[in-house]
Amino acid sequence: MIVASPKPMEEIIDTVKDCKKLLILGCNECVTVCEAGGKKEVGVLASALRMYFAKQGQQIQIDERTLERQCDHEYLEEIRDIADTYDAILSLACGVGVQFTAEKYLSTVVLPGVNTCFLGATEERGMWTERCQACGACVLARTGGICPVSRCAKRVLNGPCGGSTKGKCEISKEVDCAWQLIVDRLTALGKMDEYEQIAPLKDWSTDRAGGPRKVVKEDVQS
Amino acid sequence: MSLNTESKLEKILKAGHLAVTSECGPPRGTSLDKIEEKANLIKDCVDAINVTDNQTSVTRMCSLAACIKIKLMGLEPVLQMVTRDRNRIAMQSDILGAAGFGVNNMLCLSGDHQSFGDCATGQNVHDLDSMQLVQTVRHMRDEGKFLGGGDIAGPPKIFVGAAANPFADPFEVRVPRLAKKIAAGAEFIQTQCIYNVEKFEKWLGIARDRGLTEKVFILAGVTPMKSAGMARYMKNRVPGMDVPDEIVKRLSDTPKEKQADEGIKICIETMQRLKEVKGVAGFHVMAIEWEEKVPELVEGAGLYPRPEVD
Ligand code: SF4
Ligand code: SF4
Repeated sequence: MIVASPKPMEEIIDTVKDCKKLLILGCNECVTVCEAGGKKEVGVLASALRMYFAKQGQQIQIDERTLERQCDHEYLEEIRDIADTYDAILSLACGVGVQFTAEKYLSTVVLPGVNTCFLGATEERGMWTERCQACGACVLARTGGICPVSRCAKRVLNGPCGGSTKGKCEISKEVDCAWQLIVDRLTALGKMDEYEQIAPLKDWSTDRAGGPRKVVKEDVQS
Repeated sequence: MSLNTESKLEKILKAGHLAVTSECGPPRGTSLDKIEEKANLIKDCVDAINVTDNQTSVTRMCSLAACIKIKLMGLEPVLQMVTRDRNRIAMQSDILGAAGFGVNNMLCLSGDHQSFGDCATGQNVHDLDSMQLVQTVRHMRDEGKFLGGGDIAGPPKIFVGAAANPFADPFEVRVPRLAKKIAAGAEFIQTQCIYNVEKFEKWLGIARDRGLTEKVFILAGVTPMKSAGMARYMKNRVPGMDVPDEIVKRLSDTPKEKQADEGIKICIETMQRLKEVKGVAGFHVMAIEWEEKVPELVEGAGLYPRPEVD
């Protein structure tokens, strides 16, 4: 899923401070799972902002709403009637949701309430880690199912580099060396002979380097 | 003896001499005087001088410019190039520039992560990795082609090297990784600084058994310790560095004012021991801002004077 983390309160206050009427818009999908932008977080943020502005003696009406998804036309349509009654919508969805909302409601300011971080997994309650950078040409078949693009700090495709120490990456004792994990896994699978094949130069044109990407599935297009 | 390039380093190695290389770090500024000064300190006792490329990710004068300066002094530079800061266009372009100025050697590296340096918040590139950079140089030289397929007018005749760190983890992968670098086209290898001589010999032994030392020239990396403090720092703080406790102890048991001399002694002993080891083709003396000691080390190891090749 897409993992996001809440923006610092001061930054949010600074972006919404000139509004008279604000809608905080959550999303029921990824940001709910990573506890950054679901219904619960919308409620908590709304109360905190109300309290802050009340203390400042500033009048702001703050409403709450959470959609099933913000990255789909269908659900975004649910706020069609009310969207332009707000000075701003503070979206707690990922960057996709923020942009899609902004695209749909041109006369309303749409602001991000979270920092969209990465594609990751829930390691344990309250901890998410990066697993994929959506490079568009997956190499996991060659690397024992562990992604060197997203999990190696230098994204080396023929690792490990010379900085790997006791299973940890040179950047920090807290970070696993992706290539240690890859080597361990290839060893367990009896596939270390495959390690010696040199990974070809990666075609980064399917990554962000190639510009905005698009997936078209003609068979399901009507 | 068939030579692929004009490189003096290649000639020395292929003539069967133990080669000696050392390194100079470019200045954090525009003056070339420092490079000239450093190169002059070591020029008579080495065959080639590596020029580091923004080492430890700290911004410095570009390696290529400093290499050209060394070349213009009539000396033999080894251009170090990291994949951290350049994409494949920039790397190929710099390779052409280097070859154009008669820089005949290159060492291909991935580079330290930028979080260690003065631009920790910067982007890193890593379009290629070090192994793929080796392949790229060989492709440009041997096929006379760019990665994109176009012909190069005057391919770069560059002797290609790579680094190996026998002490990084996991150990089991260190010889296969060397094999991979050789398969990618590395012709010489400069290793990480060796303090754990036994572990190095073990690594080299496995490489020898696989026939790898017949396919590549391995220059053993050494760095003299200046003090017990430096030894402790290298042991605890530098990723992928293996400093045995005996070395730390030997230095800390030495009175402070004698520690530098003891460090030099240890370094010379290491070289003397490794000189006799089959598969060691020479030494890469990294005297990190202590260039004036390189002659003493090289002489002490019985590697002076340097052989003449034409
Ligand atoms: S190789 Fe690319 S697509 Fe596959 S997991 Fe890694 S970043 Fe994602
Ligand atoms: S230590 Fe491992 S994860 Fe870190 S940069 Fe090197 S190969 Fe990648």
